[in-house]
Amino acid sequence: MNSLVENHNFATMNSKVFALLQKDILIELRQKHTFYGILLYIASTIFVIYLSIAEEPDAQVWNSLFWVIQLFVCVNAVAKSFLQESKGRMLYFFSICSPVDFIISKMIYNVLLMIFMSLISLILFTVFLGNPVFNMLKFTGIVIIGGTGISLVFTLMSAIAAKAQQNAALIAILGFPVILPQLMLVMKMSKTAFAEVFRDGAVLQLTGLTLAMNLLVIILGVILFPYLWKD
Amino acid sequence: MPLKKSWWKILSFVLLVYTIVAGFLLDVPHLPILNETIRNLYFHVCMWFGMMILFGTSFYYSIKYLRGFNYRNDIYALNFAAVGCLFGILGYATGFEWVNVTWVTDQGQSIGSVLKEPKLIGAAIALLIYGAYFVLRGSFTDIDKRARISAVYNIFAFAMLFPSIWIIPRIVGSLHPGAPGSDSGNPALDRTDLDATMRMVFYPAIIGWTLLGVWIATLKIRIQLMKDKNIINE
Repeated sequence: MNSLVENHNFATMNSKVFALLQKDILIELRQKHTFYGILLYIASTIFVIYLSIAEEPDAQVWNSLFWVIQLFVCVNAVAKSFLQESKGRMLYFFSICSPVDFIISKMIYNVLLMIFMSLISLILFTVFLGNPVFNMLKFTGIVIIGGTGISLVFTLMSAIAAKAQQNAALIAILGFPVILPQLMLVMKMSKTAFAEVFRDGAVLQLTGLTLAMNLLVIILGVILFPYLWKD
Repeated sequence: MPLKKSWWKILSFVLLVYTIVAGFLLDVPHLPILNETIRNLYFHVCMWFGMMILFGTSFYYSIKYLRGFNYRNDIYALNFAAVGCLFGILGYATGFEWVNVTWVTDQGQSIGSVLKEPKLIGAAIALLIYGAYFVLRGSFTDIDKRARISAVYNIFAFAMLFPSIWIIPRIVGSLHPGAPGSDSGNPALDRTDLDATMRMVFYPAIIGWTLLGVWIATLKIRIQLMKDKNIINE
């Protein structure tokens, strides 16, 4: 009986998360300007880099440029996730779903958005700045893991900054120091895709650590978001 | 008001006097490059220990705040974080002095490569995080909201700081003595790595400096509690 109730709860939670996710995607599809805005942001940033660098950058510069761009794309893409919700709408969500549903749906949505944007910028990078990546499949995997981590952290930072009635500037101030360790891990990890030789098991260790940190962010988000939620 | 004498304040004083006297007078192993600068262990390393313990205490009070929304705990969390930052800055200062005579002159490292040292990055992240914490606090006008949101950030940031200070420097090479890449594994706390006489000073020094940090924090907290007397209702 008990497990049945739990099952039911889990099912309603799933459907609520799904409904919220659907709502976010619908908004995105209807207000295409924000979506295209970010795409344009990526394209123009990479184009500026292309113009400012005389020749194709070597692997190390390419790698660091790529991740720095990811960081800024993420700030722009994720920032609006909480800032766009008006006070009235937040109150409405408050009455129809639990904070855990809400944060999980936001996280899933932002992760999907960020993975999409990362892959787009990866394509643009290879088009404009050459392709020093030795193992493209590996690098794509790392991009997905790294993008997930960055977007998870910034989802939470966006939730905090939205409460402070501040703009995107605060997100960067709050998020950059927190994301640094993860970014360092991911940058180090991506060197394996540039055919740099690592000691046995080191890449696996780095991957495990990054995934563990992503998990930590999700758990912390689920625990802490209810405190941000109520006013 | 009679002067209260707490045993731990006296202990802190005694330990610090001992640290300074014994730290400068007792014999230390003579190692290449390090030479007499090895005595910096009693000061520089203790600052980082103190910093982590103070940040940890701040983290603890932030959790406590979210459990009961007692404004007093927010004041505790803020001031422990502030003194933790002071210790971090002192750690940098003592480290900088030391770097000047070891890595830069003897090992010929450039300042640029020294700054990329994993432990320096970890410490820089810590200071940036708490800088952001103070900025976040500054952006609220509502006291309760400030306390609640900044407690959330403090908990989140500390949890993320942990891996960057304790795990990452251990898996990448470091210039620091006792780090992987030099000769031994666990920095500072490895008992086999540290000379017996040095341990006799080092461990009391950690306790002494940390207690001093707690002492400073309690004074700051008392001042703030007096200032905010009328908004704390108990």
